Amino acid sequence: MTQAAATEHHEPVENTSTGLNSRKLMMWAFLASDVMFFGVFIATYLVYRGKSLVGPYPSEILDIPLTSVSTFVLLMSSLAMVLALHYVKAGEKNKGTLWILLVVVLGAIFMGFQFYEFREFAHEGLTPRTNIFGTTFFILTGIHGAHVTIGVIWMAFLAYGSHVGSLRSDNSLDLEIAGLYWHFVDIVWIVIFTVIYLISFSDGPPAGVGPTILH
Amino acid sequence: MTTKSLTMPQLFPRPKSSTGIWSWIGTVDHKRIGTLYGIVSFIWFIVGGIEALLIRTQLASAENDLIDPETFNQLFTMHGTTMVFLVIMPLSAAFFNWLIPLQIGARDVAFPRLNALSFWIFLFGSLIINASWITGNAPNGGWFGYAPNSGTTFNPGMGMTYWVVGLNVLGVASIAAGLNFIVTILNMRAPGMGMFKIPIFTWMTLITSVLIVLAMPVLAVAGIQLMSDRVYGTHFFNSLGGGDPVMWQHIFWLFGHPEVYILILPAMGIVSEVLPTFARKPLFGYPFVVFAGAAIAFMGWFVWSHHMFTVGLGPAANTAFSISTMLIAVPTGVKIFNWLGTLWGGNIRLNTPMLFSISFIAMFTIGGLSGVMHASPPTDAQQQDTYFVVAHFHYVLVGGALLGIFSGIYFWWPKFTGYFLNEKLGIANWALMMIGFNLQFAPMHWLGMDGMPRRIYTYADNMGWESSNLAASIGGFILALGILVFMINVFYSKMNKVMAGNDPWDGRTLEWATTSPPPVHDFDEIPQVKYRDDFWFQKYPETIAEYHHDDHDQAVPSGAQFDDGDDVQEALPVVSGSSDGHGDGHSAIHLPDMSYYPFILSLGVAGLGAGFLTNNTVIAVGAVVLVWGLIGWAMEPVNDPE
Repeated sequence: MTQAAATEHHEPVENTSTGLNSRKLMMWAFLASDVMFFGVFIATYLVYRGKSLVGPYPSEILDIPLTSVSTFVLLMSSLAMVLALHYVKAGEKNKGTLWILLVVVLGAIFMGFQFYEFREFAHEGLTPRTNIFGTTFFILTGIHGAHVTIGVIWMAFLAYGSHVGSLRSDNSLDLEIAGLYWHFVDIVWIVIFTVIYLISFSDGPPAGVGPTILH
Repeated sequence: MTTKSLTMPQLFPRPKSSTGIWSWIGTVDHKRIGTLYGIVSFIWFIVGGIEALLIRTQLASAENDLIDPETFNQLFTMHGTTMVFLVIMPLSAAFFNWLIPLQIGARDVAFPRLNALSFWIFLFGSLIINASWITGNAPNGGWFGYAPNSGTTFNPGMGMTYWVVGLNVLGVASIAAGLNFIVTILNMRAPGMGMFKIPIFTWMTLITSVLIVLAMPVLAVAGIQLMSDRVYGTHFFNSLGGGDPVMWQHIFWLFGHPEVYILILPAMGIVSEVLPTFARKPLFGYPFVVFAGAAIAFMGWFVWSHHMFTVGLGPAANTAFSISTMLIAVPTGVKIFNWLGTLWGGNIRLNTPMLFSISFIAMFTIGGLSGVMHASPPTDAQQQDTYFVVAHFHYVLVGGALLGIFSGIYFWWPKFTGYFLNEKLGIANWALMMIGFNLQFAPMHWLGMDGMPRRIYTYADNMGWESSNLAASIGGFILALGILVFMINVFYSKMNKVMAGNDPWDGRTLEWATTSPPPVHDFDEIPQVKYRDDFWFQKYPETIAEYHHDDHDQAVPSGAQFDDGDDVQEALPVVSGSSDGHGDGHSAIHLPDMSYYPFILSLGVAGLGAGFLTNNTVIAVGAVVLVWGLIGWAMEPVNDPE
């Protein structure tokens, strides 16, 4: 940025019709798209809640304390993300690198928890093929896990960039855009944690008999 | 990308030549990508048309056994899928690509490489779906793929897997293109061009893009769920495992109804450009047309269950969706009155584009009216799955979307190529299409009212349906003859060029301000915009007082010309003067360099898709190519340092 305004306002002035950076605008539009994507998966889960005909049912298998820990880890990664952007913007290279790395590590720990959970569930007899809870649970959390994995890889590249000095305060927008994505994936997990774990943890066998038709 | 110091080892040199096949594979020029979209989707249009003709040949007489029931299922499934996803949507995308940067006074879209990626993924997705013909097991579950008929229990062949994988690949292409055009239209406008000064086609493109970005993920979810049911044995739509087939209908139509407006809004945009030009009047009630388009797009999300009135959702749901469906006819009607108001008192010239646009209004109104009839659940219960519905949606999609697109082809052909399409052949094309179309689909109204069901490969000879079906089949071939005349016209006009000049129709919008065909950098000088229809008022400043007595100048900064790269975000040096059309004399105008990575990345996406149809090795190969494309893309600067 060569405009004088850029140095005055800290935020660079974009040479676009709206004044917003095009890549940042596209990330927001993409997140709107992703809202629909997760929204329909979450709606599917909620519609099918309590419709499993055979076990294991959520009440028999969900481990709320364990997932609370992994949820806490993921939430803390968002805090690390905020601090990383702060230090990269401030030009403090080492602190910036460190906090980006922490985002990577916390994201990876979350994925480790998910891997452990999936394996444990499979061990106890719940797979995507077992019942409708297994189907909706694994596909929804799996899609979310794929988002986290992409985010972790993206952040790892940015951590390397910060380390070698190619990610600096003047192009911290790269990190900011990645951060939008990261925070979004984090927020989606809050919804998933609420609807799958907190709301459904006591769901047992269905009260009715046989499959019911949607109304 | 930013000025990363990392560089990839270059496996092959970056494309530089502006001719030859590699220049097309590496192109990021919105005009070339538009041409590619146009050619590929026209080829699929012929394929889908042949499928339709086979269907009509089979139905021309009662108890016909030319085509067996299974092949018939495959034909109508692929006809619908092809026409919706491989013809109307990408033909609209061809217009988006060609026109949006020209209409808003930009040098390219916001993300040129992403634009190329969209096209290549679309191409491979369309090939995946049609590859099913080669395996002899084409999709046979209807373009809506209703569960449980689309599940492995009732449909053990690979056909529906091809269908669902192909649609998911196409969805990626559509979303990427949608995001690109949203950002382009919001961010790349010429200086002074406020949102209510952009051409109406650009507005409809923006609204369509928003719909694409929000609706295609819904289809992606349905696709992923059906795919995992089919490939991995999950239970989303399997009632034995606790799933519910009706859920498929909800999700599919939650996508499917906005999709209808994705198909029609671009054509409405085209017609809204053609009518003012040939009536030599501004569009009547521009803000109403804009807001009606936005209202249609918004309300389109609340009408999906009118496809499901006979499912048994109950009176409350049926009533709600009946009311919302009737309401959505209001903004559509507003547009029709705006078009009539545009014609009223105009100095009308009846050239081919205008003939198609006026026919659009008439045919779309007929299709719209039969649509309102479906809004009533008891009426709909009689019409569900009959030829009445087939008549309805062909009147809106052929009589609406396709006529609009043909209007656009004749209208902008001089801009795309520099020469006119022949007028006499154009009128023959129009007349044959109109006669054939009405002869084909009007009888379907009473066939449907008489109870003839859709998707059945034949009918008994004592039903009294033979003459109407024969008429419909003859109409189908006349319509095809019209398309043939169009193809002849394309070649004839190329052989006998009648040069058009920059502004053959006395146009109103910025694309007519540049040369025909436009130079690679679109505009020698980025135009300054003061008014809506700015080019018109530049030509006829004496009319400004008549239309703009209370208009104020709007301070809208110039749009950036590139997706990224801080090195090019400073104001573009503008070169005035010579326009040799090749950019040779314009070294100061930066255009994004060509790139192979969109093509490579799309190969990776196609490989992933093909992997779900074959085996895990192909998935792994696809993933490797995908990662290669991604890394190469990320590391490649938009512009090589010179």
